[in-house]
Amino acid sequence: MPSERPSSLPIHQARQRISAGRLAPGDLLNDVVARMAQHNPSLHAYIALDPDRLRAQLESRLRQSPQGKLLGIPVTVKDNMCIVGEEVTCGSRILAGFRPPYHATVIARLIAEGAVIVPRANMDEFAFGSSTETSSAGITRNPWDLDRVPGGSSGGSACAVAADLTMGALGSDTGGSIRQPAAFCGVVGLKPTYGRVSRFGLIAFASSLDQIGPITKDVTDAALLLSVIAGHDPNDSTSAPVEVPDYVAQLSRPVKGLRIGLPTLPMVGIDPEVMKLVDEAKEVLKSLGMETVPVEIPNLRYCVATYYIVATAEASSNLARFDGVQYGYRAAPPAGRGGDLLEMYRRTRAEGFGAEAKRRIILGTYVLSHGYYDAYYLKGLKVRTLIKRDFDQAFARCDLVLTPTAPTPPFRIGEKLDNPLQMYLSDIFTISANLAGIPALSVPCGFAGKDLPIGLQLMGPAFEEGRLLQVAYAYEQATEWHRRKSPAAAA
Amino acid sequence: MSSMSVITTDDVRQVAWLARIDLSPEELQKLSAQLDTILSYVTQLQAVPTDSIEPTSHVLPLSNITRPDRHQPSPNPEDVLTLAPARHGNLVKVPKVVDVTQ
Repeated sequence: MPSERPSSLPIHQARQRISAGRLAPGDLLNDVVARMAQHNPSLHAYIALDPDRLRAQLESRLRQSPQGKLLGIPVTVKDNMCIVGEEVTCGSRILAGFRPPYHATVIARLIAEGAVIVPRANMDEFAFGSSTETSSAGITRNPWDLDRVPGGSSGGSACAVAADLTMGALGSDTGGSIRQPAAFCGVVGLKPTYGRVSRFGLIAFASSLDQIGPITKDVTDAALLLSVIAGHDPNDSTSAPVEVPDYVAQLSRPVKGLRIGLPTLPMVGIDPEVMKLVDEAKEVLKSLGMETVPVEIPNLRYCVATYYIVATAEASSNLARFDGVQYGYRAAPPAGRGGDLLEMYRRTRAEGFGAEAKRRIILGTYVLSHGYYDAYYLKGLKVRTLIKRDFDQAFARCDLVLTPTAPTPPFRIGEKLDNPLQMYLSDIFTISANLAGIPALSVPCGFAGKDLPIGLQLMGPAFEEGRLLQVAYAYEQATEWHRRKSPAAAA
Repeated sequence: MSSMSVITTDDVRQVAWLARIDLSPEELQKLSAQLDTILSYVTQLQAVPTDSIEPTSHVLPLSNITRPDRHQPSPNPEDVLTLAPARHGNLVKVPKVVDVTQ
């Protein structure tokens, strides 16, 4: 294919060509930059772009990391991870102008392997959302259908990968924010085990649930990026001192005989086309020698309710730091008066946070408040124990659990924005992995209608990312879904 | 709102005060209705028997983590202070905290 754009390649293929001297890193970056200029105005995957800084980074990587696993590869970063000197706002007015004085650990690791960091993928404000419609910087569109959402909250990252406006991306996932947008945009998304990847420099949403992970064009790239970002970090005391395997080398291990657990799914109005495609995917896995076994995860139906207690409680506490004092936005005092400190807090937070952030902070404050703590927060933590137990018992009978990633195809822009509960229910299958702390991956499994991407979710026991990647890789090799490019990528 | 509400506008006003967020009258009305819908959904958890169940605030078996007591470089104060919306020398400047007239 003489006219093939280098930006259309997965990372592992581009990397091979660079090593073999058949692709110049400068040409790869120029192609990505040209695509951003052409398509970001319609897709709005990125909040801001600065091609000159990308080129300067490439120069410095070529000098400093000539042997890097990701030398010359542009990797996009969600707007909630700290990069020295780059504005980072979590898609919120309240952090306007904030330029961190340190790198997130994942950023330092990518740089050490020679990657070109592409900042500021759009996101729901503070990662509160499933559609990338709540960012103060405006909405991101789905590259398969511009009238539909890309999913969220890592919608900018998933959109950029699916439209070839980058080579790969990092997202963060608190209740499905990597996997659901990956499913909606027809790409691969992996939420690692809690503690697998350092959260140092990730602006916190819910500290017991948040994880950073890759969003990529194929499964091999997800394994590659995970192998770079995973591992213990002294700066994050919740990062686990567990050895990181060579995920890429393990991809082609045999999958024959693995047991796929199929839970009874809650009755939540799963789209019939989604169910049909997931059923077909099961048959593909069986044809590869895997077995399916029924498993019960009875408390799966309580995941959304539990999550919206636990996650909002933690968010209300984490977001208390945004008060206009040390960084970011500060509201002006009322006309004619100096105002006092408390008034400054209230006005800053009223003007700085969007509607969904206010909703979650107030909900979280309520479930933690005197008189309601036992009925809501403590109850949520106890049900969380039951959900975790359900998975422990399920994994005694199977090697991984399979569900749809999302109950529906990508929905229309605006469709759920005024109905928070409906929006929250779009995360019903992804939330459980965060509550249980286990790894989960979404891989494309077909299209609803003509071209609306659908994702298959695989969940595994803690620290078994390698097994998820291995099964997803075998599935990907047996199917063609990952080769299909979005209309935006084809244009 | 109906008398069956799980959360009232007065509750929401009070919690917004605790959370240090001023709400407009329109925001208060809309938010109260939305939070009532969400909390009504959440009350389904009351049906789950959890009397003998320990809460899980965290999935990892965490304990305190220490490091050797050696000094390390800390951020340059200038890098941090430059982020403040208002500063006075090496201090962050804020509106008055104490009302001296009282």
